Amino acid sequence: MDPLTWSGSLGPFLNPLMLGTVVVFGVALALNIVMNIVGMRPAEPIVNADHTISYRLGAPDYMLLAMKYAVFVFLGAAVIYILGGIVQPSMQAKGIIGAVGAQFLPVWIALIVTFVVSIKFKRRLGLYGKLFDNLVGMIGFGMVMFWVFTAIFAGMVVTHGPIDVISGLRNDPPGSAVTGVDGAFPYYLLGGDGLGRDVFSRMVMGAREVLTIAPFATLFAFMVGITLGLPAGYMGGRFDTFITFLANLVLAFPVILLFYLLVTPEIIAAGVPVYMAALLFVLPIGFVWVLLYSRYRAQPHIIKWVAVPIVLLLLLFYLGTVFRFDPIVWLATSFIGYLNQGNPVGEWMETTRQAYEPLIGINIDGNLLIVFVSVVFVNSPTVFRIVRGLVLDIKTRDYVAAAQTRGEGSWYIMLWEILPNARGPLIVDFCLRIGYTTILLGTLGFFGLGVDPESPNWGSTINEGRRLLTVYPHPPLPPALALLTMVLGLNLLADGLREESLKD
Amino acid sequence: MGLFILRRVGVMILTALCLTFIVFFLTNLAPNLEKLAKTQGNARMSDAEVVQWLDNRGYSRPLLVRYGEWLGVAPGWTRVADDGTESGRCIDFGMTIAESPAFCGLFQGDLGYSTVSADDVSNIVGGRLALTGWLMLIAFSVMVPGALIIGILAGMKEGSRTDRTLSTISIASTATPEYVSGVLFIILLASSTAGISPWLAENGWIEGRTLFLGSSRSAMDDITFWNFSLPVMTIALYGMGYIARMTRASMAEVMTAQYIRTARLKGVSFRNIVMKHALRNALIAPFTVIMLQIPWLLTGVVIVETLFNYNGFGWTLVQAASNNDIELLLSISIVAVIVVLTTQLISDIGYVYLNPRIRIS
Repeated sequence: MDPLTWSGSLGPFLNPLMLGTVVVFGVALALNIVMNIVGMRPAEPIVNADHTISYRLGAPDYMLLAMKYAVFVFLGAAVIYILGGIVQPSMQAKGIIGAVGAQFLPVWIALIVTFVVSIKFKRRLGLYGKLFDNLVGMIGFGMVMFWVFTAIFAGMVVTHGPIDVISGLRNDPPGSAVTGVDGAFPYYLLGGDGLGRDVFSRMVMGAREVLTIAPFATLFAFMVGITLGLPAGYMGGRFDTFITFLANLVLAFPVILLFYLLVTPEIIAAGVPVYMAALLFVLPIGFVWVLLYSRYRAQPHIIKWVAVPIVLLLLLFYLGTVFRFDPIVWLATSFIGYLNQGNPVGEWMETTRQAYEPLIGINIDGNLLIVFVSVVFVNSPTVFRIVRGLVLDIKTRDYVAAAQTRGEGSWYIMLWEILPNARGPLIVDFCLRIGYTTILLGTLGFFGLGVDPESPNWGSTINEGRRLLTVYPHPPLPPALALLTMVLGLNLLADGLREESLKD
Repeated sequence: MGLFILRRVGVMILTALCLTFIVFFLTNLAPNLEKLAKTQGNARMSDAEVVQWLDNRGYSRPLLVRYGEWLGVAPGWTRVADDGTESGRCIDFGMTIAESPAFCGLFQGDLGYSTVSADDVSNIVGGRLALTGWLMLIAFSVMVPGALIIGILAGMKEGSRTDRTLSTISIASTATPEYVSGVLFIILLASSTAGISPWLAENGWIEGRTLFLGSSRSAMDDITFWNFSLPVMTIALYGMGYIARMTRASMAEVMTAQYIRTARLKGVSFRNIVMKHALRNALIAPFTVIMLQIPWLLTGVVIVETLFNYNGFGWTLVQAASNNDIELLLSISIVAVIVVLTTQLISDIGYVYLNPRIRIS
C-alpha cells in the first residue's frame, strides 16, 4: 500500500486556497502596521444630519477586512478538510488530515452538542453562560473541551494500542501503511516512534493520562490551600505566622529540586509519599466536616444522618487509599479473634487482613501517589497565599461584621460568608492552575520522574522523542502541540472568565 | 528600613537552614544511602557489607550530628581502622588526625566532596554557576526589554486591537513550557530535515546545514549567535509572557489615573504622556515581578540545559540528584535557596525604594 499524503483528494483545491489566505493575511497585516506607523487611522463613526451613523472606510479598514475574511476562509477550508475526511470512504482520498479529523468524529459531535446547548441556554447558566459572550473565553473553552472529550472517547479515537509495537514502522513518517498485521487500522496516521508505536494513538491516550491527574491534583491543592488559608487570614496571630512561614519555605524550594528529591524509587521505598499523603489528604476531610458542622450545628438530625455518615465514608476512603487499611475487616477479624481466645487464630487474623483489599478506596500505585502528592505539595502554598490575601480583603466587609454581630461562629463566617464571596478569583485561578499542573506533570515526564516508561503521557513522549529530534521530528511534535493547545485553552478560558466575572 | 532588612535577613537564614535540613534528611534516608553505597562501592554488596561501607564513611551516625558536621558546628568524625590508617571527614589524603582541623563544614567554607565527580564541590559549583550565569544574563537581556515593550504597547490603550493581539500572544507564551518551545524551536530552526533550515540551505542563504545549532555544548567554550540563540529564546519566551501581562496590567491602571487625564486635557501629546508621565509609575510593579521571575527561571534553566546539553548549574543539579551525590546536592540547594531569597529581599527593598507612598508611611 502507498503511504498517505497529507491532504488527500481535496489537497489540489484547498492547499493553494489556504496558502493564499495565509499570504493575504500576512500582506494585509504588514500593510496595516505600515499604515499605522505612517499615521493612517481606521474610520471613525460619522453622525449624519438624519441621526444615522456611517463610516467612510479607508485603506486600513480594507486591510482589516481582508485579514478577517482570510481567517474565515482558512477556517472554512480546515472544516472542509475534516468533513471531507469524514465523508469520503477511501483512505487515500481522506489524506492524513482528513483521516485524523475523521478519527476525532465523536469528539466533534460532543463539542458541537455542548456548544449548541450552552449557547441556547446561556442566559440561565450564570457565569458559565456568560462565557459564551466572550470570544476568547469561548475559544479557550473549545480547546479545553476538545481534550476533555478526547480523553473521554479515547477508546474510540485511537487507531492502535498505545503500547502496541510494530517493529517495521520504527521512526516511519506520518501516513505510513501498516503491513503484516491483520485487522489493525491500515495506517500509522502520524507515523511511528522510536520503538515502532503509533504516535497518534499515544498522543490521544496521553490526554487521558494527563486529564485524570491534573484536575484532581489541582482540586486537592485547592482544598489544602483553602483549609489552611481561611483560618490564617481570618484569625491571624501565631497560626498565621507559622503557616505563612511554612508556605514561604516550600515556595523558596526550586520546584525541580523538590521533584528530583521526592520522586525517586528510594523515597517511595522509604514510605515518604504515604506520610505526605496522610498529612495532605486529611485536610480536605476536616474541611468537609467543618463545612457541614458549622452550617447545620443547630439541626442535630442533619448532623447525625448526613454530616457524620459523609465524613465517616470519607475517612474510610482515606484510610483505604492512603494506608490500604480497612477498619471493618480489622474489627471483624479482631472480634473473631476475641471470640476464639485461647485458640491459635493469630496467624489466621493476619492472613485474612492481608487478603482483603479495602472495600472503599483506590489502590494507587506508589509512583502515581508520589507524583500526585508532590504536585499537590508544590501547588498548595500558592493557593494558600491567594486565599489568605482574599480573606484579608473580604473580612473587613459589612456582611462579615453583620455575621459577627449575629453571633455566628468563626468557622461559619469563614466557610459560608467569606468563601462564597471569594469564588470569582478562585475559579479563575483554578483554571490557570490546572494548566500549570499540566506543565508540571509534563516536566516530571520530561525528566522521566515517577512515570512508567511505557506510559503515553505527553511529557515522557516528548522526552523519548527528543534524542533523535533533528532527524525524526514527527514523534515528539504531536504531544508537544497537544500540551501547548490544552494549556493555552485553559489560559484563554481563565482570561475569558476573569473578564466576564469583572463585568458585574 | 535597617530593622526591616535585618528581620528579612534573619528569616532568610532560618529558611535556608530549614531547607538544607530537609534536603539533608531526604538525601540521607536509608534507601538513598544504600543506593549510594552500591553505586560507589560495589553493586553486588550484601546488606552487611553495605552497613560496613556506610559505617566506615561515617554515614551511620545520628542525622542531626552529621548535619551539624556539614554546617561546621560539630567536630568532624574521625576513625582509626584496625590496621592503623586514620580516616575522617576533615582528613585529606595523607594527613593524620592531629594535623587536620577539627571542624570542616559550610561555615569554614568547606562545601564537601562530590562523590560522582570525585572532586571538591567548591571546584565544581563555581564554574557551572558561571556558565548558567551567562545563559541567564543573555536570556534576561532579551526577555526583559521585549516583555516591557509588549506590555507597554498593550497597556497604553486598554481594549484596543493591539492590546487584544499582544495580550493573546503573551498568554500563548505563558502556556508554552520550555520543553515544548525548545522542541518546536529545534524542529523549526535547527533540524536538517524539517523546518526552514533545509529550504534556507538549498537557496544558499546559510552557510551550514542548519540555521541554528540544536546543541549548545560548544557554547561552553565560546558563545556564538549560532549555538546560543535557541536556549536563550526558549528561556526568554516562557518568562516573557508573564512579565508582559504584569506590565500591561500596571500600565493600564496608570493610564486611567487622574493625573494622566489632566495631562491629556492640557493637550500633552499621547507619546509624551506615555513616555514621560505614565512609564515611570507603570514600571514599579513589573520590577517586583522581574525579580521574582529569577527563581522561577531556575526550573526553566534545568530543562533547557538538559535539552540543549549545556553543562551548567541545572545540568549539574540533574546529575547530582540522579546519582544521590549528597554534598553536591546540598550545595546546589544552598545556592538555589540563596538566589530565591536574595531576589525576594531585593524585590521587597526595591519596591519600597521605588514607591514613595510606601517609603513615607
